[in-house]
Amino acid sequence: MATAMSPVAERENYLNQEYGVRSWLLTTDHKRIALLYLASITFFFFVGGLFALLIRLELLTPAGDLVQADTYNKLFTMHGQIMVFFFLVPSIPAVLGNFLVPLMIGARDLAFPRINLLSWYLYIIGGILMMHAVLTGGVDTGWTFYTPFSTAFSNTKVIEAGLAIFVVGFSSILTGLNFVVTIHRMRAPGMTWWRLPLFIWSMYATSIIFLLGTPVLAITLTLVIFERAFHLGIFDPTRGGDPLLFQHLFWFYSHPAVYIMILPSMGIVSEIVPCFSRKRIFGYSFVAMASIGIAVLGFLVWAHHMFVAGMSIYAALIFSFLSYLVAVPSAIKVFNWTATLYKGSITFSTPLLYAFGFIGLFTMGGLTGLFLAALGVDVHVTDTYFVIAHFHYIMVGGAVMGYLGGMHFWWPKISGRMYPESLGKLAALIVFIGFNLTFFPQFILGYLGMPRRYWQYPPEFQVLNVLSTAGSTILAVGYVLPMIYFLWSMRYGKHAEPNPWGAAGLEWMTPSPPPTSNFEETPQVTWEAYDYGNIDLPKEVPVER
Amino acid sequence: MSEHIVSTKLYYAIWIALLVLTGVTAGVAFIDLGPFNTIVALTIATLKAVLVILFFMHLKYTSEKMTSVVVISAIFWLLILLALSLADYSTRPLGLS
Amino acid sequence: MSDSPVIVESHNPAQQHHFADMEQQRQAASLGMWLFLATEVMFFGGMFCAYLIYRYWYYPEFAAGSQTLDIRLGAINTGVLICSSLTVALSVRAAQFGKRKLLVTLLVATILLGLVFLGIKGVEWASKFEEHHVPGPSFHFEPTAHSHPNTKIDPRRIQIFFSLYFAMTGIHALHMVIGVGLFAVLTFYAWKGRYNSAYYTPIENAGLYWHFVDIIWIYLFPLLYLIDRKK
Repeated sequence: MATAMSPVAERENYLNQEYGVRSWLLTTDHKRIALLYLASITFFFFVGGLFALLIRLELLTPAGDLVQADTYNKLFTMHGQIMVFFFLVPSIPAVLGNFLVPLMIGARDLAFPRINLLSWYLYIIGGILMMHAVLTGGVDTGWTFYTPFSTAFSNTKVIEAGLAIFVVGFSSILTGLNFVVTIHRMRAPGMTWWRLPLFIWSMYATSIIFLLGTPVLAITLTLVIFERAFHLGIFDPTRGGDPLLFQHLFWFYSHPAVYIMILPSMGIVSEIVPCFSRKRIFGYSFVAMASIGIAVLGFLVWAHHMFVAGMSIYAALIFSFLSYLVAVPSAIKVFNWTATLYKGSITFSTPLLYAFGFIGLFTMGGLTGLFLAALGVDVHVTDTYFVIAHFHYIMVGGAVMGYLGGMHFWWPKISGRMYPESLGKLAALIVFIGFNLTFFPQFILGYLGMPRRYWQYPPEFQVLNVLSTAGSTILAVGYVLPMIYFLWSMRYGKHAEPNPWGAAGLEWMTPSPPPTSNFEETPQVTWEAYDYGNIDLPKEVPVER
Repeated sequence: MSEHIVSTKLYYAIWIALLVLTGVTAGVAFIDLGPFNTIVALTIATLKAVLVILFFMHLKYTSEKMTSVVVISAIFWLLILLALSLADYSTRPLGLS
Repeated sequence: MSDSPVIVESHNPAQQHHFADMEQQRQAASLGMWLFLATEVMFFGGMFCAYLIYRYWYYPEFAAGSQTLDIRLGAINTGVLICSSLTVALSVRAAQFGKRKLLVTLLVATILLGLVFLGIKGVEWASKFEEHHVPGPSFHFEPTAHSHPNTKIDPRRIQIFFSLYFAMTGIHALHMVIGVGLFAVLTFYAWKGRYNSAYYTPIENAGLYWHFVDIIWIYLFPLLYLIDRKK
C-alpha cells in the first residue's frame, strides 16, 4: 500500500496546496484547522504554564514574599482557567480530533467544515477576551468562580473571564456537534460501528459530554454575569439565594469536563498500545462501551466536589456511591491495555513511553480519586494539596502525556516528517521524572494538612514544596524540548512514509502528509479494527527493536 | 425531515388543539386544586410540547431513529440535573439555614 | 481516457462537495440541528433547575411574584407563538411544494408574529420597571390585593422570583430575536428563489429552532404566570 516517495519531488498535500495567510485563516480543511488550533492551544499552554511557575516560585518559601496574597489568588485562578478551558478541554479534540476523525472513518472532511472554522474563531475570540482580562487586572475567584465571592465581592475581571469561557465553551460545543454528526453520517462504506478505531469511540463519548454538559456551564456563567452586572439575587444569601445552587450548576458541567479531558487521551493510548505490541486490542467492545459508560456515568457524580460545602448527608452518600461506580469503566480500560501488552511484541518507541507514563500515572490519579470519594477521607483531605496532586496526576500525568504521545505518534502523518526518536525518548523521560518530582510530594503535603490556594504555609512543609518546585522546572524543560524538535523536524526531519509505524487504521493508508481531499478514492473497508496479524512492518523501521 | 408531507388539515388541527390547551391551562389556574394545580399545568404544557415535537417538528414522520435518541437523551439529561439536585435540596431544611 | 465518452454527473447546486449526495447532506444538517436543540435544552435547563429549587424553597414568595404578572398578556403571547409555529410548519410545506410566493408570505408572517411577541414582552417588562419589580437597589414590592394576606412573605426573597423571571424571559427573548433574524435571512433567500422541493433544508432546520423556542415558552407561561392564581 505504500508507494515509494521521492523526498525531492514534493507531492501535492494539504500543506502546500495553497500558500498565504488567507488560505489558512479562511480554510475549511479540517487538517489546516487542526494546525490553527495547535498553534493557539500551545500558546495558552505556555501562558498557563507561566502562571504555574510563578505559583511554584512563591511556594519555594513558607512566607508570602514573592507576590501579594491577592496576586497569588489571581495566579492560581488564571492558571486553572487557562489550563482547563483554553488548553486541556480543546487540546486533543480540536487538534488530533479535528485532524484524525475524517481520516480514520474514511471521509473527505467533517460534516460541517465552515462551522469547524467558526469553532476556531470562537476559540480565538474567547482567548482574546481572556488575555485581556489577564492583562488588565486578572481574576481572583479560583477557576471555580464560587459565589457569592464572584458575584458580590470580588473586584476583578469576573465578567470578562466568564464571557471568555462562555465563548470558548460554545466553540467546544460546535466541535462536539461536528464530531457526532460526522461519525454518524460520514463513515466510509464498510466502516461499521464495531470497526471504528477506539480513538473515534472516545471522540464520540467526549462529544456527548461537550453537547450535554457545556451548555449548563454556559447558563451558569451567564447567571453570574447577570448577577454582577444587573444585581440579580439568584446566588445572593442576603436575599435568600443559595451559594450551593451555583456549585451544583457549576459542577454539573465541570465534573464531566474532567472526562472531556481524559477520554481523548485514553483513546490515544488505545491506538498506541496495539501498534507497539503488534496485537489487536484486548476486549475491543469493552473498551468502546467503557468510553460511553464513562461519559454517561460521569454526569451522575458532580456533587462529590461539594461533600463539605453544606450539602445534605444523604445526597453526599448517593454521590459518593455513584463516584465509585464511575471508576469501573476506567479500570476496565487499564486492564485491557495491560492485557494487550501481555505477550505482545513490544517496541519502546516514544509514543509507547508516553502511553506507559499515562497508564501508570492515570491509575495513581484515578485511585486517589476514590480516596476522595470516600466521605470520611474527604473531610480530612478536601481542599488540601492532596486534591491538587490527585487532579494533576490525571490531567498532567494522564491527559497531557496522552496528548504528547499522540502528537508523536501522528506527527509523521500531520507534518510528513519524522521527529528525532532519541530526543523524543529523552523528553518523555524528563517529563516523567519532572512530573513525579513535582506532584508526588503534593500528595504527602495534602495528607499532612497543607491547604490549597494559600500563599503561605507553615515552615515544616518547606522541604516538600522545594522538591515540588524543583520538579516543575524539570517538567518545563521536558515540555519545551518537543516544541523545539517538532519545529526543527518540519524543515530538517526525515520524510515520513505513509505508515512509518506499521499501524492499523485508514489514516495510515494515505500519504504523509495527506492530500487535501484525504483519500484519492473513498476507501471500502472490509477488515476489522486493529488487524495487526495482517499488517506488515514498514521496510525501514524508524525505531530500534 | 424526509419526503413525508403533512396535510394542512392536520397542521390546523394541531394549531387549534394548542390554542385550546392554552385556554384550558389558563382557566384551570383559577380553580383551586391544591397541589394538583401545578401538576395539571405541567401536564398540559408537556402535552402541548409533545404535539409540537411530533407534528410540527415532524418527529412522528422521520425515518431517522437517531433523532428520537437525541430528543430522549436531552430530556433524560435534564431530568438528571433536576433529580440529583433535588436529592440534595429535598433532604435538607428549606431555605438558608 | 480521451476515447471513452465523458459522463458528467450533475448534482444539485446546493450540494457541498464533502458529501456523497444530497440525502447525506440533508441528514447531516438535520441531525446537527437536533443536536444543537439538545444543547439548548440543557442551556435553558440550568435556569429551570434554579427555578425548581427556589420555587420549592420559597413558594409563597413565588406565588406573590407570579400574581403581579399580567396573565392576559402572557396568554396572548402564548397564542401568538402558537400561531407562529403554524406559519412555520406551513412554510416548510410551501417549500416542499416549491411555492415561492406562499413560502415568502408565511416566512414574513412568522417574523411579524415574532415581533408582536417581542413587543408585548417589552410592554410587560416596562410595567415591571415602573412597578419597581426589577431586582437591585431600586426593588420595592407591595403585596397586591390578590395575595393571601395571612401568608408571611419575605420581600427580599421575591427578588429571586423576579431575577429568574427576567433571566428566563430575557434569554428566551434573545432566542426570539435570533430567530427573527434567521427568518429574515431565509426570507431574503426564499424571495430570490433559492428553495424548492429538492432543497429546503435551511427552512426545515430553522423551523425546528423556532418550534423549540416556542416549546420553551409553553413551559415558561404556566411556570411564571400561573402560580397560585386561585381566587
